[in-house]
Amino acid sequence: MKSLEDLKKMREAALKKVEMREGGKDYRVVVGMATCGIAAGARPVLNRLVEETATKDYNCVVTQTGCIGMCVYEPIVEVFGKDGEHTTYVHVDPEKAARILKEHIGEGKVVEEYTVEAAREGRGNI
Amino acid sequence: MMEDLAMHILEILMNSIKAGAKLITLKIRDSFNDDVIAFSIEDDGKGMDEEMVKKAADPFTTSRTTRRIGMGLAFMKGLAETCGGSFAIDSTVGKGTLVQASVQKLNIDTPDLGNLGEMMMESIQSDENIDYVLEYETDYGQFVFDTRVIKEELAGVSLLEPEILIWIKEYINQGIEQAKEDTRQ
Repeated sequence: MKSLEDLKKMREAALKKVEMREGGKDYRVVVGMATCGIAAGARPVLNRLVEETATKDYNCVVTQTGCIGMCVYEPIVEVFGKDGEHTTYVHVDPEKAARILKEHIGEGKVVEEYTVEAAREGRGNI
Repeated sequence: MMEDLAMHILEILMNSIKAGAKLITLKIRDSFNDDVIAFSIEDDGKGMDEEMVKKAADPFTTSRTTRRIGMGLAFMKGLAETCGGSFAIDSTVGKGTLVQASVQKLNIDTPDLGNLGEMMMESIQSDENIDYVLEYETDYGQFVFDTRVIKEELAGVSLLEPEILIWIKEYINQGIEQAKEDTRQ
């Protein structure tokens, strides 16, 4: 059973984590949640990202944005690193989202085959 | 995309967010006895003038240059009409907007209520500075969720922490299930 009491514990755990990391998370994971994204299936992708991040404690924040301008590639997930570098993943589904978190955020390796570049050149696994 | 009532309501919540609301109150009455699911969404956003209210629910005058809302209201009006319910908008410029709609609970065209916890989680996640009150009432009980209470408990920790977002979703769904339980047995 969930109760408001849980929040105190969660608050302490969150503060502890912030202390350990000293200054925020390394990655920002952004999901396009405009009509185009939602119609293409961004909602389950966002949910999966939030769930995986919570259970596996990935070093990232998950946020929403509007239309990225490439509706044909939705659902789109963008990963921003600390140094400003960024990767655009396209036609993401919940399974791909979980793999992106595991390999990109967890291990620091870009999942090449899901990127917009791969999709454009027709070599992607989409 | 609009397979359940929660998705219809989410569209209206998004309108409120775009209208610059700081507090959004969502009330749902889900009653077998009265054969009704009635809901109201009230915000303190910028509101609409009379002409805009008239146009707001008409899909054929929808244009992003004349107003900055999508098809959500038109869809909800259509849903209410299809499912033997009612629909009304009351809005004042500078004060806010109240959208009220209902459907017959047992009408064959009435969709499922859907996942209200997930709906609230998504709405909260899009901007944590907006506060929400959710009141869900059945024939047997009531559940109230208020982000201001949650924020007070968290004392500075963000609602956007993934563990907290998931907790919100589960807490709301649990509260709703409890309110549905027939306690007379």
